[in-house]
Amino acid sequence: MKTILSEEQINLTVKRLSHQILENCPDLSKACIIGIQPRGKWLSDRIIREIRLISPASAVAYGILDITFYRDDVRNELRIANETDIPFSIEDKQVILVDDVLYTGRTIRAALDALLDFGRPAKVELCVLIDRRFSRELPIQPDYVGKSIDSIITERVKVGWKENEGKDEVVLL
Amino acid sequence: MQLSTKHLLGIRELVPRDIQLILDTATQFKEVLQRPIKKVPSLRDVTIVNLFYENSTRTRISFELAEKRLSADTINFSASGSSVSKGETLLDTVNNILSMKVDMVVMRHSASGAPHFLAKHIPAAIVNAGDGINEHPTQALLDAFSIREKLGTLEGKKIAIIGDIMHSRVALSNLYLLKKMGAEVMVAGPPTLIPTYMKEAFDVRVEYNLQKALEWCDVANVLRIQLERQNQVLFSSLREYNLAYGLKKSLLDRLDKEIIVMHPGPINRGVELDSDVADSKQSIILQQVENGVAVRMAVLYLLAGRGESQNN
Repeated sequence: MKTILSEEQINLTVKRLSHQILENCPDLSKACIIGIQPRGKWLSDRIIREIRLISPASAVAYGILDITFYRDDVRNELRIANETDIPFSIEDKQVILVDDVLYTGRTIRAALDALLDFGRPAKVELCVLIDRRFSRELPIQPDYVGKSIDSIITERVKVGWKENEGKDEVVLL
Repeated sequence: MQLSTKHLLGIRELVPRDIQLILDTATQFKEVLQRPIKKVPSLRDVTIVNLFYENSTRTRISFELAEKRLSADTINFSASGSSVSKGETLLDTVNNILSMKVDMVVMRHSASGAPHFLAKHIPAAIVNAGDGINEHPTQALLDAFSIREKLGTLEGKKIAIIGDIMHSRVALSNLYLLKKMGAEVMVAGPPTLIPTYMKEAFDVRVEYNLQKALEWCDVANVLRIQLERQNQVLFSSLREYNLAYGLKKSLLDRLDKEIIVMHPGPINRGVELDSDVADSKQSIILQQVENGVAVRMAVLYLLAGRGESQNN
């Protein structure tokens, strides 16, 4: 087991990602953050809290998206659905999808399908805490990256959050 | 986590965890049905046959919509106008359909136990959409979903099932489900329509007085008088049934609380349910129908997710 990011590093990284997103969103009223269930939500919760701290006047819309029903492996492995809550229109918005780890890209493919069923956004961007480079099975790349790592297929990246696992930590197993 | 069963033959075969899983999954599907595009690609590679040997409006449309909203391919079969009239047996009909690579069978049949028989002989997953006077599991699930949506939980809630208990598969499925989920259950109606073994077999309250039943319950689930299944005179006339057991506005107004009124449909207006009650604020009959699609999506999704269809 090897620690990739410690609690302190995660804090700094979340702050940096939030600043980068703000930099790239000239008009926050036209942007929205959408966390991908179940594990992207922990990161998007942090980012939205940070953005509201940095820029309290601007209300950036925040939603969560469950992609279970859009997966391409329903019949191999049954997954239990989580809540989806997007209480605003994404029509013509700049959508920033948030997930913890980008690996094969299949989750993001499903998330794009799910998202487009809610309307036609002006632009969709992707923000991830960990990018496992060179392991993509689909042509999907992130716009905001916490940390890029090189890993082999037998390794697992585990992102822990204080709210869930009791400790902020990213480890390579 | 998955269902403990490969088929949905009845509520009797389910464990409480299955019911919980179906209802929770249905909650997510209900949200899907509020979206601009009310469709998900989950069952893109699944083919489902709707096999209806008995008439149906709601259940059939509801299943078909659920299948379409899940992107499954569907075929519809009704006994009238098919080779059934030429003497083909149930098993032959189904095996012929399955040989065309069909994964799931949704079936309604007038014979109790028909889906159980089929489940023993064919590899596809079977969903019972009503078999004779035995069970109608998806109706009970959508009733439970609707009650849970209104009252938050089923546990400890008082549900009265009123009317033709003897001939109702909805009553039987509801009884199994409500008892498994910890609700208090009462059956009410004329003595001729309530089997005498009810109390011992299901550990439920039995009440022959409608007014008393209404005073006791939080929810009144009113059943249709099933004239097509009654081959003897069990009450003197529909008019008299309405006088003694029809749910009327005056009865509800007399209560010191507002109870929820449910009905699985189709309603015999003016027999078991008066029009002003059926169309009142207290009635959630149309919500039940709406929830039916989400609940059936959940059932099909969870069964397909077991990955035991023959194409795999």
